[in-house]
Amino acid sequence: MFPDSLNLSIRAPVNEFIQALVTNYGWVFKAISGVILKAVLFIEWILRGLPWWLVILAFMALAWQSSKRWTLTLAVGVLLLAVGVLGLWDLTMQTLALMLMATIVSVVIGVPIGILVAKSRVVRNVTLPVLDVMQTMPSFVYLIPALMLFGLGKVPAILATIIYAVPPLIRLTDLGIRQVDGEVVEAATAFGGSPTQILFGVELPLATPTIMAGLNQTIMMALSMVVVASMIGARGLGEQVLNGIQTLDVGKGLEAGIGIVILAIVLDRITQGFGKPRTEDARNG
Amino acid sequence: MADIEIRNVYKIFGHDAKAALAMAKDGLDKADILARTGCSVGLNDVSLKIGAGKIFVIMGLSGSGKSTLVRHINRLIEPTSGEVVFDGSNILDLDAKALRAFRMRRVSMVFQSFALMPHRTVMQNVVYGQRVRGVSKADAREIGMKWIETVGLSGYDAKFPHQLSGGMKQRVGLARALAADTDVILMDEAFSALDPLIRSDMQDQLLQLQQNLAKTIVFITHDLDEALRIGSEIAILKDGQVVQVGSPSDILDNPANDYVARFVQRRQGRPEKHG
Repeated sequence: MFPDSLNLSIRAPVNEFIQALVTNYGWVFKAISGVILKAVLFIEWILRGLPWWLVILAFMALAWQSSKRWTLTLAVGVLLLAVGVLGLWDLTMQTLALMLMATIVSVVIGVPIGILVAKSRVVRNVTLPVLDVMQTMPSFVYLIPALMLFGLGKVPAILATIIYAVPPLIRLTDLGIRQVDGEVVEAATAFGGSPTQILFGVELPLATPTIMAGLNQTIMMALSMVVVASMIGARGLGEQVLNGIQTLDVGKGLEAGIGIVILAIVLDRITQGFGKPRTEDARNG
Repeated sequence: MADIEIRNVYKIFGHDAKAALAMAKDGLDKADILARTGCSVGLNDVSLKIGAGKIFVIMGLSGSGKSTLVRHINRLIEPTSGEVVFDGSNILDLDAKALRAFRMRRVSMVFQSFALMPHRTVMQNVVYGQRVRGVSKADAREIGMKWIETVGLSGYDAKFPHQLSGGMKQRVGLARALAADTDVILMDEAFSALDPLIRSDMQDQLLQLQQNLAKTIVFITHDLDEALRIGSEIAILKDGQVVQVGSPSDILDNPANDYVARFVQRRQGRPEKHG
């Protein structure tokens, strides 16, 4: 047995800290919560307000834009149609809205941090272990405090999703920037390019395929969180899965599960298409 | 017109640069310093005067510090000690903004492995120097067209680098340096990656351009033939030190030491071998 006298628990201070946060700064979190909620509801309002065929057409247009392949474009159309036929259209749009919101916030946070990680050794040494923690910490551990701070519903679900899904975007942005041919950056410097001009004119464009792979991973990981998110009150396909499990309604659970898989395939193929370099072997200078 | 003077430049790579620098100044050799401090000496007390309007060749084998040296002239590498004087002023005193202006207007560069931006067209690559200094797209395009034509790539302006052969890529690299309209062009083994025929074509073209434009060109090479062919003055570098500076005929007739003599002999031996 490990001696009791050596026990040192961080339980009480952490609990007190969260408690103090809720009582003293609750209004801050409420304000943040309000903004995120408004944004999500807006996206949801658009997606659910649009006629279903328009949404499908929009997705097919995106698929065409990203891949220039008819087969993929048609497959995307058929898959989304299947979602509608299974009676999951509304739930899918709810989940999609949640996903989009989490992805947008992830990009806004993840890409700049990724750039900093690539540029600064200090930021890198601090950030990488934090990312490891974010990816391995069981999500329920931060789901509960998120719940206490932001209340039940979509907002804590989105935040939990971001914590889980943003690390690959940061990692791959970092990788993408560091992979840019040093001589090309040197050339841009030699011709008098400023750090900003080099970042936006050379490094980010050349890192785009890698960053898009990161975005793709982020979306996939966000989708894997929808069932967990539904446990704290986010509606959508995840809720349906949870419902099916709780009532031993295997069919219902499977239907919603298929819906999630279809959403994953569609988003995956579209983002992968955007990640491919425009010109073949564009990497050889 | 621009005179460049490099004064007592040392460059030490490694953590303990201070101690290594002191040792280098005391005259210890490269291997000793490496063994004692773990630092490698890139340049060891290099002083050179590069006159305006000529092709100045810096020759040396790999590891001799020639690429390091040329990067001091536009401060892509900072010296550990010493001065780089450009037209009478020390460029090491420039702050970040002044340094960018200096790179935009005074010195451009051609790289060994081309260093073209793969996501930009030939035209966009060529006018990069003009664009970063804020020249409008239309004006830059006009300048770009002129230089693309000069280097013989008319009709390729909308192509991407990966669609071109090695020789064509380096013509783009050359056009990019010319389009920047600077007094000085640094060429770091610019032709070393090209095959022999294209290489001699490019050398001819460079000589011709030099005649018409009277730029100051600092040309790095590891090939004595190339150095003799295009250089009006040649500096030979070994282990980060200047071994000899002189005109091509100086080098051929009065090699300063055995090292230079070996280069020259090998070259004179060549025609006999090939009959």
